[in-house]
Amino acid sequence: MRRPSALHLVLLPLSAVMVTPLVWMLLVSVSTQQESRRFPPGLPSGIEWENYLAAMRDAPLGSWLVNSFVVSAVCVAGNLLLCSLAGYAFARIRFFGGRVAFFLMLATLMVPFQIVMLPLLIMMRSLGLVDTLGALIAPNLATAFGVFLMRQFFTTLPRELEEAARIDGASRLRTLLQVLLPLMRPTLATLAVLTFLQTWNDFLWPLIVVQSPDTMTVQLGLQSFQGAHTTNWPKLMAGTVLSQLPVLLVFFFAQRFFVRSVAAAGIK
Amino acid sequence: MTLDRRRLADHAAGWGFAAPAVVLIGVFGLVPVVWSFVLSFQHTDLTSPGTFAGGDNYAKLVADPLFWDAARRTIVYVALFVPVTLALALPIAVMLNQRIRGVVLYRLAVSVPLVTSTVATGIMFSWLANPQFGLVNAALDAAGLPKQGFFADPGQALFAVVAMTVWGWLGFAVIIYLAALQNVPRDLIEASSLDGCGRVRSFWHVELPLVSPATGFLLVWLTINGLQLFDAVYVTTKGGPLRATTVLVYHLYNEAFVSFDGGYAAAIGCAVFVLIAAFTLLQLRFNRRSHYEVR
Repeated sequence: MRRPSALHLVLLPLSAVMVTPLVWMLLVSVSTQQESRRFPPGLPSGIEWENYLAAMRDAPLGSWLVNSFVVSAVCVAGNLLLCSLAGYAFARIRFFGGRVAFFLMLATLMVPFQIVMLPLLIMMRSLGLVDTLGALIAPNLATAFGVFLMRQFFTTLPRELEEAARIDGASRLRTLLQVLLPLMRPTLATLAVLTFLQTWNDFLWPLIVVQSPDTMTVQLGLQSFQGAHTTNWPKLMAGTVLSQLPVLLVFFFAQRFFVRSVAAAGIK
Repeated sequence: MTLDRRRLADHAAGWGFAAPAVVLIGVFGLVPVVWSFVLSFQHTDLTSPGTFAGGDNYAKLVADPLFWDAARRTIVYVALFVPVTLALALPIAVMLNQRIRGVVLYRLAVSVPLVTSTVATGIMFSWLANPQFGLVNAALDAAGLPKQGFFADPGQALFAVVAMTVWGWLGFAVIIYLAALQNVPRDLIEASSLDGCGRVRSFWHVELPLVSPATGFLLVWLTINGLQLFDAVYVTTKGGPLRATTVLVYHLYNEAFVSFDGGYAAAIGCAVFVLIAAFTLLQLRFNRRSHYEVR
């Protein structure tokens, strides 16, 4: 039996500080109005599920969640498909203009979004996409980061894998789908987790391109809800909990992929 | 002849595979960069067609005291946010790299803010730091200290934003440091302890230099993100009180969507871009000099 490490004396309070905001979010979300505004704050006496019902009733929280799901799901699917294809091409096929296209794409990774967003808004306006989910999906359907991630992955695979299949007469697409796809799974999971997190938590782009409550994602909707209900903290916190539930679930169930994704991408 | 046909098939296959992603990224990622530069030489409200403005927007930028105020606040923010995050993350990562009971739970606790959206974070911190009934003031009160305004106090709001964003990014920095520490070969640390190094000295002289690439990466990455601060301000203070948290990108947002001066906003955007590019290049050059290899 080892002696417990003295590090617990530091790590325990530290962990407490880190989870405090989330714990109080949960506590306030089940408090009564009075309990949420008393000083000093304390534990709620009972569990007010009514706050969650009120949040769902007073705001189109349901459709915001659906909107976020649609946008995230389509973007994840788009990235998995399009970035795999392009990543494979850049890693394995020598084609005219391929290198130039790849480097131009990499260059866009360095550009901050605030530069891109003003012209992007004008583009969306002329495409008639402003205030639609399409405007939220189109710019995120394929990302330079995704292509880069997939290309890096394909360059680590031994060429012999594909060559055998090619000699047997399989087309490139068939080789990709039948020989390489099983090996791609961990990298695809990484890409899926990252794309999901990024689109789910995105704020600035929805803020400028979406106005009507029916088209809002859950982050944007929650922010407008905050502006309208600053006095009802329990209801606001209940909405916040609901908005974070999906990402927290992804976080807990895809922990391993998640940590690797973060290390790979440097994204928050 | 057959060779040529195969090459042709390669070109076709290459573009067939790459075209959808390349076209999307080109149209939505590359074209807007050039367009933004063009916008910065126009008078435009972003709705109707713009007119040529020459260097007007840049002249306005140089003369705009609000721009320089915003730039100063941005620098103050970055100068606090980045070092504080790094200084907290490294010791935490070193502790979490030890084989102790419950380390998995500690790692979980430190990294959970990472997935929390900025909007949710802003709402939680607005309650925690509420001047009347917030938890932080309760702690101050219990310690016999006076209550503070935090986000509501012009003298404190920017620091409250620093604290909130450090909470949000700490887990990221810890994960990066942990990955770097796990690559430090154990025999190197054992060798240093055989040579008479204590735990602290081996940290300073073996581990710290070996994780310097991670430090360099984090320095660049946190600075780039810090210079683009917007969401955290929008959901807590809306740039206030008394403009105390109006940082560069918030100023840009105001000009584009409150004052409808799209051309000037584009000019601010280009200035932010130059700032980011300059810092990145500087950092990369510095980083190359302090890079250690393990063989």
